Amino acid sequence: MLKLDPRTPTGPIGEQWTKAKFDFKLVNPANKRKYKVIVVGSGLAGASAASTLAELGYNVSCFCFQDSPRRAHSIAAQGGINAAKNYQNDGDSVYRLFYDTVKGGDFRSREPNVHRLAEVSVNIIDQCAQLGVPFAREYGGTLANRSFGGAQVSRTFYARGQTGQQLLLGAYSGLSRQIGAGKVKMFPRTELLDIVVADGRARGIVVRDLVTGAISSHSAHAVLLCTGGYGNVFYLSTNAKGCNVTATYRAYKKGAGFANPCYTQIHPTCIPVSGDYQSKLTLMSESLRNDGRVWVPKSKADIAKHPDQIGDGDRDYYLERKYPAFGNLSPRDIASRAAKEQCDDGRGVGPGGRGVYLDFRDAIKRDGKPRIEEKYGNLFEMYERITGEDPYRVPMRIYPAVHYTMGGLWVDYHLQTTVAGLFCLGEANFSDHGANRLGASALMQGLADGYFIIPYTLGNYLAGVKADSLVDTTNAAFTDAEAGVKARLDKLMNIRGKRSVDSFHKALGQIMWEDCGMARSKESLERALTAIPKLREEFWRDVSVLGERDSFNQSLEKAGRVADLLEFAEMLVNDALVREESCGGHFRVEHQVEGEAKRDDDNFCNATVWEYKGDGVAPERNLEPLVFDNVHLATRSYK
Amino acid sequence: MSDKGLDLTLHVWRQPNRKAPGKFVDYKVTNVSQHASFLEMLDILNESLVAKGEEPVAFDHDCREGICGMCSLMINGRPHGGNKATTTCQLHMRFFSSGDEIWIEPWRANAFPVIKDLCVDRSAFDKIIQAGGFITANAGSAADANDILVPKEEADAAMDAAACIGCGACVAACPNSSAMLFTAAKLSHLHHLPQGQGERGRRTLAMVSAMDAAGFGNCSNHYECEAACPKDISREVIAEMNRDYAKASFAHKEHAGKADGA
Repeated sequence: MLKLDPRTPTGPIGEQWTKAKFDFKLVNPANKRKYKVIVVGSGLAGASAASTLAELGYNVSCFCFQDSPRRAHSIAAQGGINAAKNYQNDGDSVYRLFYDTVKGGDFRSREPNVHRLAEVSVNIIDQCAQLGVPFAREYGGTLANRSFGGAQVSRTFYARGQTGQQLLLGAYSGLSRQIGAGKVKMFPRTELLDIVVADGRARGIVVRDLVTGAISSHSAHAVLLCTGGYGNVFYLSTNAKGCNVTATYRAYKKGAGFANPCYTQIHPTCIPVSGDYQSKLTLMSESLRNDGRVWVPKSKADIAKHPDQIGDGDRDYYLERKYPAFGNLSPRDIASRAAKEQCDDGRGVGPGGRGVYLDFRDAIKRDGKPRIEEKYGNLFEMYERITGEDPYRVPMRIYPAVHYTMGGLWVDYHLQTTVAGLFCLGEANFSDHGANRLGASALMQGLADGYFIIPYTLGNYLAGVKADSLVDTTNAAFTDAEAGVKARLDKLMNIRGKRSVDSFHKALGQIMWEDCGMARSKESLERALTAIPKLREEFWRDVSVLGERDSFNQSLEKAGRVADLLEFAEMLVNDALVREESCGGHFRVEHQVEGEAKRDDDNFCNATVWEYKGDGVAPERNLEPLVFDNVHLATRSYK
Repeated sequence: MSDKGLDLTLHVWRQPNRKAPGKFVDYKVTNVSQHASFLEMLDILNESLVAKGEEPVAFDHDCREGICGMCSLMINGRPHGGNKATTTCQLHMRFFSSGDEIWIEPWRANAFPVIKDLCVDRSAFDKIIQAGGFITANAGSAADANDILVPKEEADAAMDAAACIGCGACVAACPNSSAMLFTAAKLSHLHHLPQGQGERGRRTLAMVSAMDAAGFGNCSNHYECEAACPKDISREVIAEMNRDYAKASFAHKEHAGKADGA
């Protein structure tokens, strides 16, 4: 049984973080340099944590598998970052952002964490502007905002359609300053393959140099995993090809509880699949729904017609019809399911009938093409490059795709996992978004964790750890872990089977999408639970990994990641099976009222935390009850 | 547009590692969909190689939506294939015809040594940023974001330059393997903002020094970089950098030539 103490502060919610910061123990400035901290991942969470901890004086090592920390997948976020600045004078506040996020998460997040996120959101914008992030501005020079799904205020800050890129380059510039100053040692093209735990504490990591294949160990007083989500368990997703679950799954196997893996977000606006060679799906930012109208033909007879030939009376603007209050800006889970519903009804458009229109005709008529071009030009170009169609003239065709994962390693209020000294930040942890993340909140959370939360909570942890407690990498805890890593790599190399790693990954994705995607049933989940172990068994019997272990070997990298996904997928499906309710991104067809998700607060107002019990043994299910003292449990309505 | 599959002959640069010699190896791929991306075409090639027990071609890629800057490739002698403002991962096969021969090479520059096949080491770019491509501001030290007003035109100009994805096409395109467009884009981004003014001179000197130290060549005004840039960065940023460099060289004589301007 895991000890799940969320360590949330007491008192009124608006005062908790202030109180916690005062109660935290501090490490004296002269002593900070005696502590070593490992940061795995260099996206928004990792880069901001690494640079901030180095600014404070800690000795930081940062690892990423990409060739440069600037390429972490945060870079692909398009639309924006939320903050409760209320610069628009439209009724926003910290409390409203907190409220929207709890409600948007379908009441499956931890209130104190979410309130803290809303509080520090305002500092993030200040910090990023100071670092030179070129946010969009009004003519007078003040910051511009736009709206995103699930909110009725305009609180999203943006840098054209490249907000993630600009925020990451800001965090990367701060990280680069610390690397140049010798305060952070950077290890690009280096992948974590195991986490070392001894005497109940995280002691370091084992990594593979992806260029030489060399395995090495790194010791530290604390380890921070900032390694992103597991959307690639579906093979086709908007994630980068390299995104994987290995770091968090390895942590799970070393004792860190894994929470709510079944909370996966399907983004409603992605470019539809075009063929079986498809290697990834491309998102079209949610910001497009500010001006684009989503529709399908009312009649099945019209689906093959050119959209121009379908008059307004024959179009079903189904989001506006079903959810008049939020319309095209309904939250992601709801908009995705609504798209699936229309296509299942036979009114989808494009190849295979798996698409709906996102139409800018009316916006162009209202505002003129130049204004639309200024707001979304790069997204329109991206769409045209991929599809060969001009969205200024023909409506975009979009379909939902896997985008983000709300589940992750369980963390307490300090962002510490169930293993002491092992922390988890950003998308990799589970806490803030509940069962559904609102648009423009991922960037906010990554930077909140890295810039403004971990610097306080990590200090509190390290203040209770002796500086001379570092475990040497010649210790058995490290050498055993290294031996395990090498044995596994050898095992993969020596199978010498016939099927490529990618073919297994695609097969896994097919199972996950069909049986554990936008709609899940007991039957489909049980089918997946039979199929996954079979596929895994075949993988370990017949995968082909060519090349050498001790050299640059992309097949071997992928094989290790897919091997972990093949185990992790089973935990995800199991989680979906035991959660006998629908909430947010988790939709069980057995639990619905008139097509809307039906929560079961009596039995499932909790986080499910899975505990590793050994290979081939069912993991143990632990529960953290969730308490809603401020935002009262209610059926989420966007009507 | 027809959906007929393409049959192509590929000449792919294969090189086991940095020290070993490389060579072009010919491959055929058949019936490739015109809707596939260039990298998906290489995926298809690699699947066929694995099926034959041959080691797949190593190439860098990650986001596959044109923003991470990880993909590269000289395609028929043009970085990213030569389509305007398009990365290799966004290049689609509808721009090729059945029967085409395609030559695929890594970026070639002394400062970007080959790691394997089509993958090169671009860490020299990181070193340029580490020398000064930042604004010194610790987390927590910022005032309210609206205290610094940035007129829209300046914010837009900063954003134009900040769009750089650090892919290295500019270096690969340049006959001198110069990194001036990359370095100048970062400088232009920071120097169009009020926040960037404090360190303007020392930043320029430090980043130019780091660029030179990494082994990149000089600019001799071919402007191939601008033509190859997948993010349409204007060569005008180089002129801005040269002006700043001249000014800073007089003002900061004591820093000139030092790579530690940070």
